[in-house]
Parts: sequence; C-alpha cells; structure tokens
Amino acid sequence: MAKMTIAEALRQAIREEMRRDERVFCIGEDIGVTGGFGGAFTVTLGLSDEFGHERILDTPISEAAIAGIAVGAAIAGMRPIADVQYGDFLFNMMDQLANQAAKLRYMSGGTLSVPLVMRAPVGATARGAQHAQSLEAFFTHVPGLKVVCPSTAYDAKGLLKSAVRDDNPVLIFEHKLLYGSKGPRTEKGALSPVGEVPEEDYTVPIGKGAVRREGADITIVANLLMVYRALAAAETLAERGIQAEVIDPRSLVPLDEELIFESVRKTGRLLIVEEDNLTSGWGAEIAARAADEVFFWLDAPVKRVAAPDVPPPFAPALERAYVPGEKQILAAALSML
Amino acid sequence: MTLAEKSDIAGGRDGLTVEQLVRIYRSMRLIRRFEETVNELYMQGRIPSTLHLYIGQEAIAAGVSAALRPDDFVLSTHRPHGHALARGVAPQAIMAELFGKATGACKGKGGSMHVGDMRVGMLPAIAIVGGNAPIAAGLALASKMQRRGFVAVCYFGEGAANEGAWHEAMNCAAIWNLPVLFVCENNLYAASTHFHLAFKVESVAQRAAAYGMPGLTVDGNDVLAVYRAADEAVSRARRGEGPTLLECLTYRQCGHSRSDPRTYRSRAEEEQWKAKDPLPRFRAYLLEAGVADEDGLSGIEADVEAEIQDAIRFAEDSPEPDPADLFTDVFKE
Repeated sequence: MAKMTIAEALRQAIREEMRRDERVFCIGEDIGVTGGFGGAFTVTLGLSDEFGHERILDTPISEAAIAGIAVGAAIAGMRPIADVQYGDFLFNMMDQLANQAAKLRYMSGGTLSVPLVMRAPVGATARGAQHAQSLEAFFTHVPGLKVVCPSTAYDAKGLLKSAVRDDNPVLIFEHKLLYGSKGPRTEKGALSPVGEVPEEDYTVPIGKGAVRREGADITIVANLLMVYRALAAAETLAERGIQAEVIDPRSLVPLDEELIFESVRKTGRLLIVEEDNLTSGWGAEIAARAADEVFFWLDAPVKRVAAPDVPPPFAPALERAYVPGEKQILAAALSML
Repeated sequence: MTLAEKSDIAGGRDGLTVEQLVRIYRSMRLIRRFEETVNELYMQGRIPSTLHLYIGQEAIAAGVSAALRPDDFVLSTHRPHGHALARGVAPQAIMAELFGKATGACKGKGGSMHVGDMRVGMLPAIAIVGGNAPIAAGLALASKMQRRGFVAVCYFGEGAANEGAWHEAMNCAAIWNLPVLFVCENNLYAASTHFHLAFKVESVAQRAAAYGMPGLTVDGNDVLAVYRAADEAVSRARRGEGPTLLECLTYRQCGHSRSDPRTYRSRAEEEQWKAKDPLPRFRAYLLEAGVADEDGLSGIEADVEAEIQDAIRFAEDSPEPDPADLFTDVFKE
C-alpha cells in the first residue's frame, strides 16, 4: 500500500495499463508536451518520458477530433484514454460521444465495439460558468455510455483500470477539488483526499456502489465532492444522535440501485446530494426509481440537495451559495426526521 | 479548378485488367439498378423510411473501391447504398436492412442511413454530416500505431466540408501523416443549398492547402479518373506520406431524399448533367476500347437484374427482428 492522491492514483492506473497492454494510449490536449503540465490537472505528468509522444499523444485544440479519433481507434482495436481539460468541453465533442461512441455498436447490429475511456474534470472551482459544470447526468441519458465518478484514490485507480478493460465507452468524471494535484496546478480549496492505494493490480467493478458510512436513520446518496460534504454532515448528525448512512454510487451507469434500495429499506429516508443543477439531475432519476421500488418503506418524502438552476457563478461568495455545502445537507436531513 | 464541364473518359486503363474493368462496370450497374429498384419499392410502400439515392454518383464509389485492399476501412454517409455495394456488402444484406429485417446487414438496427458491414471493412454509415471524418482519422491512427498498413476512406458530400469536426479531422490527419483518403463527392447541392452559397472558394480541394495536404479535383463521373486519383492517394497513404483530399465533381440525379421535388434547380441543369451520366460513358468506353462486347455487357446487366431480384426475395422472405432484440447490442457484455 502507498498513500496517494487521486491524480497520482489515476496516473499509476494509466501507467500500469499502458505497460500491461500496448493497445492502450492517451490522447488529449497538453497531456505529454515536454516541459508541459501533464494535462490540466497533472494526471499524465511524466508519462511521455516512459511511453513516448506516440502513446501520450498531444492534440491540437480540437475536442471533436479527440473524441472522434478515440472512437475510430477503439473500433480498430486500440484502447484510447481520451482526456478533456475541463468537463465543460465535452459539449464540443457531443456528437462524437452521444451519436457515435454510444450508438455505433447498436447501429452495426453488434458487429463492432467502442472500448474508449473519456476522462473529464468537473466541479465549480472559481473559474466561472464554462469551467465548472458537473455533467454526469447529461451522459446518463445516453444509452450506450457508461458513467463513473470516483471520489477516492483507491476507486480512481480501480475504476480507471476497469474502464480501460471494458469493451464499451466509459466516461470518468473526476472532481477538480479532489485530485490533490501538486505544484502550480494545486487547486485552492482542494480537499486532497489522500488514500491508501495498493501498488499492485486491482480493479473496482463498474456498477458497484460503496457504503462510506453506516447508519440506520437516513440514507444520503452523494458522489464526488458531495461524498465528503455528506460525510461532514453525517458527523454533525451523529453528534445529535442521528446515524446517517452515506452511499457513494461510484458508477451512475450502470447504477447499483439495489445498494441504495437496501439502505432505504433499513432507514426509511432518502436524501440525494449532487453538485449538478437540480432539474433532471441524476438525483431525480434515483428519486423516481425509489418512488417506484421502495415507496412503502419510506417514512418521509425523498429529498434532493443540488446546485440551483442557474449557471455556475464566479464570485467566491456566489459560488459558495451555488455548490451544496454541509449546511444545506444538514438542513435537508433534519427536515426529514 | 472550376466546376466547368469535364471531358469524356480520360486516359487509358491505368494498369487495370479486363476483369477489373468489367468488375467496375458491374459494380456501377449494380448500384444504379439497385437504387432505381429500391426507389420503386419505396413508392410502392414496400420499404419504410426515407431514401437518399446514389444515382448519378456511381463512378465515385466504384472507382475508389477498385483501389482498395480487403483490410482497408470505408466510412460512409447518409447516402451509403452505393458505397456499400461497391465495397462488397451483399445486396441481400443491404436490401434486408432497408426492409427492416433481422437478416439485414445491421440486423435491422441501422436502416438505409446506417448500412455497413464490418466483415468487408465498412463501418455502419454515419448519417451526421461530417461526423465520420474524425472517426476515419482514428482508424488511420490505429493503422499507424499497429503498423498494419490499412487505409481509412472517408466519403462525404461537399456540405460536410463546412462542419467543424471535418476541419479538426483534416488537420489532425495532416499533422500526424495518417493514412486517410478523404473523398469529397461534390454533387453541387447540400440538400437544396448550392455550392456557391456555402463556399467562397472555387473548389473543396483548395482547402487541402490550408492543412498542408495534397488536394485535387477530378471528374467524378469518369470512373477511371476517380480510380487513378484514388489509387495514387491510397498508395501515398500506405507509404506513410499522409492523407489526401480528393474532390470528385458529380451530380445527384435524384432529389436529396424521397420528399425532395428539386424545385431549387433547373431542369436544364439536370439535363446537362444527365449528358455526363457516368454509366453510359463508361459503357461506351468499354465497347470502344474493346474491353467488352455488347453480348458481354448485356450478360452482366442480366446478371445484375437477377441479383437484385434475388435480394428482394431474400428480404421479403426474411423474418422481422424479435422485439426482444431491441435490448441487445447496446453494450458489449
């Protein structure tokens, strides 16, 4: 075991997968330039020294090409790990992800597959509206794409490895405040959740959630940064004698809904926390499924805490009001008890 | 080069054997009669969907395909029947796909706009204009990384050359010397919009210079001119010298799709282009050059008719997909 940040864990996963399988390569902007950044958040820093610039492939600022080239290379038997500097730029490649990567296998009658990985940083971090969005929910709505969102270093390495080995397109959403990136790429206000990461090969299965804290009184489902805010709220609740169970879904597609339902059958209360805008977020989907499946176990209405339906703002004072915090989670939880 | 009228079949056989020349004619004839036939079937209500017919553009798919190897990849558009037939997708499989049958090339999950068959190196056709260009570059990148030597051929209409993804793909293919042949089928109209309403430049091929790749314009209704240019570009790509933009000037004799009454262009213009119809031109060439005689060509034409009738029978006799198939092929397990 070694102590690692998420950025380090992701880097080690990429390094191990590239050593294991020569079909694996990275493609993106500023990921391997000598003397460069190693990607916007240092994940690929130093990898071009070991693997060369053909396998850590720097591209022009051409997001549609990055995604489309990854699709084509994947169809021809490669295992691309594509990199977008900010999740918001996924919109520049939407056709290639939603119309091509997600649908070509189906359109072909199952005669091809698109084993690509698309990495995307999300989360509001004092950059204003276009470098801040949490976009997981958009992609959960596109059949043919898998969506994962690791919140710990252990999961980051294990899920990235699973994504590389998966025969389907997998989007990995990584939170900017959780990377623990060092040097000039350090994020102000980062949590830097350093964790124990095995240095040997292991995977975390896509589609399996994790219970981050056990409790019998209320179920809180949260992903990425919100896991930590939910855990902080759970601590405060515990001081008042309320035991919250905090579930990190880790994957949104496929979703480990049974883990959530099992918890709700025990606690009778479901609170979902996400950094995405409220309307049609993935939390809405979980709430709807819970209404279908565990309605009669519920002792209180299902509640959601999410960013309001406004663009991400810049001013720190506004951003603090935008991103759900411990206080809102606590208030919502208390209103359900 | 301007869009002026082009001369008749130019040059010689370009090293093609009699068998190859005859095969090219058969391919063109098959495309023409296949398209005319599916148009009739559509009018009779026997096949669903819309249709984007390839009539008038046959020389391009046939000429390019003659320059390819079995391990090359072809990427098509919303107008894919001709590319598929020329690449060797079975007429039965295409017809069954148009009928929405389980035996179709894509098991009925693709339809007219997504016809393809990976067994002959043709991806399901991509009906988002310009969307196939980055994917072609990606296939070519894999060819280069794996040192496999195959070429990716990206067909597109001139309208696609105004899509952002197309420009991004052209640039990436050029900077990395990727083995891609970009084949522009300039049929003068992007749906109803004339070339000159959408381009300040005189040709699509001119744009190649902006990416540092060779670009050339040929008479797309002259199958040997297309073959010659494609063969040279493909050889160049296989030598590791990078992509080529090949613009083929042509004209779609039908409307853009089934509901198009063609009121945006004149009947006189249509007649002008009809005089340059690639099929009679190449047929006359084969006879004049002594490659084939009338009996030989008539035999091929009869053979093509039989193959199309067989494809219709196959499609009509085939079962529809099981509703449970709706849920298969989304993810690879």
